[in-house]
Amino acid sequence: MRLTNTTKVALSALRRNKLRSLLTALGIIIGVGAVIAMVAIGNGAKAQIEAQVANLGQNIVQVFPGNFTAGGMRSGWGGASSLTVEDAEAVAREVANVEAVSSEVRDGQQVLANGLNWNTQVLGESPDYLYIRSWPLAAGAMFAESDVKTMGKVAVIGKTVADQLFPNTDPLGATLRIRNIPFKIVGVLGAKGFNLFGQDQDDVVLIPYTSHMKRVSRRTNLSGIVVQAASAESSAAVQADITALLTERRRGREPDFTVRSQVELAQTANESSQTMRRLLLAIACVSLFVGGIGVMNIMLVSVTERTREIGIRLAVGAHGADVLRQFLSEAVILSALGGVLGILFGVGLAHAVKTFLLWPVQISTLWIAISFGVSALVGIVFGFFPAWKAAQLDPIDALRFE
Amino acid sequence: MAAVVKIEEIHKIYDSGEVPVHAVRGVSLEIQRGEFVALMGASGSGKSTLMNLLGCLDRPTRGRYLLDGIDVSGLDRNELADIRNQKLGFVFQGFNLLSRTSALENVELPMMYGRHQLSAREMRERALHSLEIVGLADRSGHFPNQLSGGQQQRVAIARALVNRPEVLLADEPTGNLDSKTSVEVMGVFQKLNDQGITIVMVTHELDIAHYCKRNLILRDGYIVSDVQVKERLLSATELAKLKSAEAEAKLTAH
Repeated sequence: MRLTNTTKVALSALRRNKLRSLLTALGIIIGVGAVIAMVAIGNGAKAQIEAQVANLGQNIVQVFPGNFTAGGMRSGWGGASSLTVEDAEAVAREVANVEAVSSEVRDGQQVLANGLNWNTQVLGESPDYLYIRSWPLAAGAMFAESDVKTMGKVAVIGKTVADQLFPNTDPLGATLRIRNIPFKIVGVLGAKGFNLFGQDQDDVVLIPYTSHMKRVSRRTNLSGIVVQAASAESSAAVQADITALLTERRRGREPDFTVRSQVELAQTANESSQTMRRLLLAIACVSLFVGGIGVMNIMLVSVTERTREIGIRLAVGAHGADVLRQFLSEAVILSALGGVLGILFGVGLAHAVKTFLLWPVQISTLWIAISFGVSALVGIVFGFFPAWKAAQLDPIDALRFE
Repeated sequence: MAAVVKIEEIHKIYDSGEVPVHAVRGVSLEIQRGEFVALMGASGSGKSTLMNLLGCLDRPTRGRYLLDGIDVSGLDRNELADIRNQKLGFVFQGFNLLSRTSALENVELPMMYGRHQLSAREMRERALHSLEIVGLADRSGHFPNQLSGGQQQRVAIARALVNRPEVLLADEPTGNLDSKTSVEVMGVFQKLNDQGITIVMVTHELDIAHYCKRNLILRDGYIVSDVQVKERLLSATELAKLKSAEAEAKLTAH
């Protein structure tokens, strides 16, 4: 029997039981729809995490001070006053594949301007900081190396600070008082939004680290060193080299610092999102499997119902293979149709999630192709047994079947 | 001329139950081209089994079966299917048409399973021609449930003819029909036989057997009688008689 005839016969058989065919296909529709929607949601989450990680800056390696113990009390990470400006200079000077280095001093301060005040993070940084964090300016410019040398009273403010202190006026050129020391606002940062941990990154004031140390916090040590590696590949080496260099500079004392790379962070974030994606996909696969069992069930019913028809076909010369092909193609067409409808359903569901739940979704063309293929495969796998049963029928018994 | 059907010492034993059933016990038979044979017998006489064997739906336990010179007793499932497709045509008691499938498509069915594929147009033309032979060309688009029993059986005959078989096998073809329609259907068979088609039919009605040329009677798996019909009934004459009888009944009713 020709393929066109087989297809025609299969289609007319399915059309005869429209409601039943649709209900059977529903299992596949939901399965395929679930796969596509879940992958879209998972990919959306992955893309969002990747964007947030990239938002931190490119290939960042960070050095944090270690902990210290005083009178039996241990301080926790970052408590030690162990990182110095000299450490940062040594890293910039001696470690290979380092693109830029920023010495960092941070603490919370009440800042005043324009008759208003606001408590915010004041960061002492090097001029390269914005470059390292890939942070664009909305207005003005970043302070320069000369400002670091002269402990210049200049500041660059984040968007949140600008909004809070200068609701109606242009902050550029205005004076901002930190601990009653006037700083001239030379730049306003572009909005960066919330970071991975939900902190508002725009609630910040940047000043030269020297100014921070000498004028604001009177600290002699750094809160951290922010380093940019030349590439993602070299960041592991940079991390190791910094560890080695700083350990050497400690001359046998216990290492009192930690070095973390952004690549690690990205990996952790990716792993957790991957676990979620796998879980979603597993659920979707289970529903596709259940859909396949539905197809098998209905095909078995169909074979029993049409035993006489099978008998007639065998009597007039159909081979077992012809009957097998007929029922198999019916199952495949049924589940492939379910696959097509499922793709539409899944894409629709993904859009609904995007529109109503404001979840970033990314519809994957690859997964559309895969799930269509899988739905056809489900038809073959679950349709085979009923079709094989039909093909094994004895023509005499089948013709006598009531 | 060689016999179109030649069976030699054929046996069929079913041993699916507790006791093996010897349904056909050494039947030998020759049917020549152009014969019109009625196979009769009480239920359990083995006539259905013999019919299944003749129809290549079943294989004999022992013995040889030559159909159109081909030994079919040793063929496998698929080879038998091809023989059924090319050399045999089936007409059943219950018509066995595919429901919700037009008469034309029902008649096209055997051609779909032919080893030599015909074009869709050729299939259509041949199916229409077959329907013409049984006088149903104008009903080609009708579904079985829109046709009377006699018409359905004629569609089944058209289907049996479409692959130009060597032998037409009919299993109680008039069993589900009233007497007048039965005579009409026998008329179709007689017409086909006149055109040279070999027909073997199973029936338990003696009057129906009288439309055939040769009557075989089976009992307990043996052929006990094999006679040529002497006073053969002709469908046309019988129908004319029925018609006049009907007309008379109407007259008297008035």
